[in-house]
Amino acid sequence: MAAASTHSHTSNDARADSKPSSSGPITQFYNCRVLRDHQLVDDSLYIQNGKIIDPAKMFWDEQRIPDVRIDCKGGIVSPGYIDLQINGAYGFDFSNDTDIIEEAVSNISKGLLLQGCTAYCPTTVSSRPEVYHKVLAHLGPRAGSIEDGATILGAHVEGPFISPQKKGAHELATLRVAKNGLADFEECYGLNNLRKYAAYVTMAPEVEGVLESIPKLIKATGICISSGHSNATSAVANKAHTSGANMITHLFNAMHAFHQRDPGVIGLLGASESRPFYGIICDGIHVHPHSVMIAYYAHPAGACLVTDAMSAQSLPDGFYKLGEMDVDVHGGHVYIKGTNTIAGSVITMAECVRNFIKFTGASKVEALENATLHPAQMLGITDRKGTLDHGADADILVLDDNLFVQRVFVAGQEATEENVKFTKKALS
Amino acid sequence: MRLVIRSDAGTVADYIAEYIKQRIIQFEPTPEKPFVIGLPTGSSPVGVYKRLVQLCTDGSLSFKNVVTFNMDEYVGLPRDHPESYHSFMWNHLFKHIDIPPENVNILNGNADDLQAECERYEAKIQSYGGIELFLGGIGPDGHIAFNEPGSSLQSRTRVKTLAYETIIANARFFGGDVSKVPKLALTVGVGTVMDAREVVVIITGANKAIALAKCIEEGVNHMWTVSAIQTHPRSLVVCDDDATLELHVKTVRYFKSIEQVQDEMIGRENLGLYGQVAGPLRYTAIPSGN
Repeated sequence: MAAASTHSHTSNDARADSKPSSSGPITQFYNCRVLRDHQLVDDSLYIQNGKIIDPAKMFWDEQRIPDVRIDCKGGIVSPGYIDLQINGAYGFDFSNDTDIIEEAVSNISKGLLLQGCTAYCPTTVSSRPEVYHKVLAHLGPRAGSIEDGATILGAHVEGPFISPQKKGAHELATLRVAKNGLADFEECYGLNNLRKYAAYVTMAPEVEGVLESIPKLIKATGICISSGHSNATSAVANKAHTSGANMITHLFNAMHAFHQRDPGVIGLLGASESRPFYGIICDGIHVHPHSVMIAYYAHPAGACLVTDAMSAQSLPDGFYKLGEMDVDVHGGHVYIKGTNTIAGSVITMAECVRNFIKFTGASKVEALENATLHPAQMLGITDRKGTLDHGADADILVLDDNLFVQRVFVAGQEATEENVKFTKKALS
Repeated sequence: MRLVIRSDAGTVADYIAEYIKQRIIQFEPTPEKPFVIGLPTGSSPVGVYKRLVQLCTDGSLSFKNVVTFNMDEYVGLPRDHPESYHSFMWNHLFKHIDIPPENVNILNGNADDLQAECERYEAKIQSYGGIELFLGGIGPDGHIAFNEPGSSLQSRTRVKTLAYETIIANARFFGGDVSKVPKLALTVGVGTVMDAREVVVIITGANKAIALAKCIEEGVNHMWTVSAIQTHPRSLVVCDDDATLELHVKTVRYFKSIEQVQDEMIGRENLGLYGQVAGPLRYTAIPSGN
């Protein structure tokens, strides 16, 4: 009796006349702690059609239950890592491999995906204009997938409007000034290229013409600006920030050291009003752990873990190319050959996150948000990346309690070594 | 009526969750013959739900063939509002268990025709042949669901105006803003609850002590609506020590002695869930004397 009459009432049910079921199987991650609202909460996570969905709507409106259930074995469910600064990996380099740039992008994207980095900004070092005109079009935004690897958020164009004194491993001959304002950026990159393909540009605000161009460049292209490779005084650094530069590129590296009367770019972490985001390289080499701690305590909400990795990331020790320079990679250190100038790192995002906890004693939530939420906030993309909010892209990591990556999902699909095939480039 | 007294709210929740589990298992529900349960919201059942979730997670209880009817819902509050009873049930129970969504029934406080919604709800309960077990909490004034003092003990599902004190008390859930608190609710009636084949009431905490005393030691009275269970043929009240503060010592001793006799003299193994004798007694017969 009950069953038959139940059905006859269903059509009258308040919930049954709501919108029709959307298609696509629903997957539930269960037996896990989900990173949500700055906490790890005992909860489940539901995804459908590559997006995180509201399970209450699924239950009440669509009267559905999950089609697939994934046992996370008590692990942590986090958004995928976002690397705002990476020059290369697996033997490929975005600035150097201009002739095989698609191959480089494809292999790096897939390799990073398996590392747990589900979105990134391919980074170019200071180069001649023809390089930008050639490669930027290949570094523009593209969606992540099993086939294409990690999401590309747009290029991080680092240089060449940077300080010769703070050039780091960038080639001196490529550096330039912007005495003609926007026209120089147009000539160097092509403003249209920035608009279409770049996420943000690193520049030194004290370089001639740069400071005045920051608001115009933002207006003309819609991209973000980061201060870096800069010898700027505190006054100039402040001006750049209030003009719209909302980030500092690899804090402490390639900028003048903290001085109490002129803290320079670093001093922005002590600004009383708004403070910028800052990338920080947690390989224990670029930045001393104590410096990481100081930065984090000064401005926890701005920390973005970046790898600044170069082509030798995930390759054995040896001699490699960075741009057009020879570099020496040994035991996690990367130096320009024959010098003690650091030329990038070979660290992964997952290692950065674990190091960050080691260096600062921060909570897992804080460390994870530095690799997910904050980078997404910096780029203004928290509606789809860096969170597990309903509607965000289903780029998801399952981590163990020591934050080792157990499983990786991009756009709702699990990435494994079986279904994500890529090649490394042999380097000499 | 049975009164089971436990030391605190936690052990009360343990008892009720285990009781519900045994009732469902012994019922042997199927899709054609589901176990139909009425459910409350509020602070009283939170511990019970937590334990039911645990039983479901560890696999010792399934809600696949359980149909639920909730007691009440605010009028005009969006379903996804964190204070709606839809949200409460979703967060405390439904999202953690294996119940099919179509087995869940909650009054729709946003229906165009509220009266029709109430009639539909009663009819739907009837379509399942009534409710097997109605679990309830109780307010400090002895109310069950939104059947506040003065509600007819024969009442059915209907629209109710909330008491001014209830609205003031609920303002804390709405950012302290009385204007945001719903003023109306849909609620099952006292009669709807009493029509269930069994009624189980959770009563914990010293602030419920007067209500417990009024409901079980005095007469059936619409000013203490839970007192209606006195006339119910199969009712169970589970309370903690704090809730017994206003009861007569005699009342407490009587009900405790019943459990004592069952435990020590008859033996639990001889008794069914309701305390009824389950088959031939296996305890040693009382010597006939010589």
